[in-house]
Amino acid sequence: MKRAFPILAILTAGLLSYGLYGALVQAPTEQTMGDVQRIFYYHVPSAWTAFCLFFVNLVASIVYLWQRNPKADALALASAEVGVVFCTVVLVTGPIWARPVWGIWWTWDLRLTLTLVLWLIYVSYLMLRRFSSSGQTPVMAAVLAVLGALDVPLVYFSIWFFRTQHPQPVIGGGGSIDPRMLHVLLINWLAFMCFAVLVCWSRYHLEILRRQVDETQALESLLAAGRPR
Amino acid sequence: MSTPAGLTRATLVKDLRLEWRSKDAINSMLFFALLVVVIFSFSFDPTAEESRRIAGGLVWVAFLFAAVVALNQTWARELRNQVLDAYRVSPAPANSLFLAKVLGNFIFVSVLEALMTPLFVVFYNLRAIGPAYQLLVVAALGTWALVVNGTFFAAMSVRTRNREMMLPLLLFPITIPALLAMVEATSSILTGEFSAKFWIVLLAVYDVVFTTACLLFFEIVLHGE
Repeated sequence: MKRAFPILAILTAGLLSYGLYGALVQAPTEQTMGDVQRIFYYHVPSAWTAFCLFFVNLVASIVYLWQRNPKADALALASAEVGVVFCTVVLVTGPIWARPVWGIWWTWDLRLTLTLVLWLIYVSYLMLRRFSSSGQTPVMAAVLAVLGALDVPLVYFSIWFFRTQHPQPVIGGGGSIDPRMLHVLLINWLAFMCFAVLVCWSRYHLEILRRQVDETQALESLLAAGRPR
Repeated sequence: MSTPAGLTRATLVKDLRLEWRSKDAINSMLFFALLVVVIFSFSFDPTAEESRRIAGGLVWVAFLFAAVVALNQTWARELRNQVLDAYRVSPAPANSLFLAKVLGNFIFVSVLEALMTPLFVVFYNLRAIGPAYQLLVVAALGTWALVVNGTFFAAMSVRTRNREMMLPLLLFPITIPALLAMVEATSSILTGEFSAKFWIVLLAVYDVVFTTACLLFFEIVLHGE
């Protein structure tokens, strides 16, 4: 396992560089939008990666509620934190693209609002983890994660009824995409997923180590208190 | 007395009696909502036509903020004299306690709404063009959505370091679909332009989903570890 980490790191670095080359050079320029469209190779893979991470968080939270395994909780924490970062990338790159193309920074459209609400729910999740007292954090956070997941379809339907303006999904939505573009997009997604796994992995280990340090310190202070002076 | 329904009734009666004697929650809620109404009225100064369109949002934002005042007191009140710890060790089912608290908050927030609605009507010259009886359904379902989630998250936030701050931070993101439904339903009834049916159904679904989820998880949250 120890050796797999540097190998994954090198692979990620290679994929990210290749993805950057593909997005900036290899992919053809879009006809109507021009070079602005190239942000798509970062925007869409970040969104997919963020949603995958939130899904991992949900599964880890359910496993924690089921088995009370502290490792599942550490994984839930790591995936939520990294997911919020990727989701932030989505919410920042979106308006940068929308301004020249739609002429507005933001609109209350289905996918935008859904992403924003997800981001809000997960930020409140991280806030809860930050402020609750340590013994109860995992349970409270896991319950909140499950409630947040229940909220997603309701948010979806409420905003779906509200309005929809986002470009219809190019993948699987009946639209056509240049195969070279699709290639670059998928390479970038793979690179981002590897990167996410890499960061989650380090964060997960950091969290496990932090807990071990906390436990050792608590034990030491107990022993020190018991020792006669 | 010892059936779950009896326990719910006993806790509810206790909370209502406490509130009747102190009037802490209802007074602070009422005054807070009044301030919100006055400040909104200053800053927008709408015509009758405009106010019909924005009133749905204003009314529910005022009620939401005011409800947070009452919801924060739900469990904080039980911290004094370690009442919450007594609940934790008692063999009484946690859900009858939860239901009592939800019903209590539902009554407080409904009283608030009944008292504040005439003020809104006066300040904003409101008159519903659509079917006004539907407003009652929206109010009942919307208030239930607020208090069921609010009571649940208040039980979570009472265990955190920054108690009073935490409740809105947890409650608002999750209630976004319910809030959107309440606001849109109210606006469409007031303007009479659209049917509020979809939003009422959405609110009902939201209520069912979250009441079930809260009842499932409340015991875990009450006991914490």
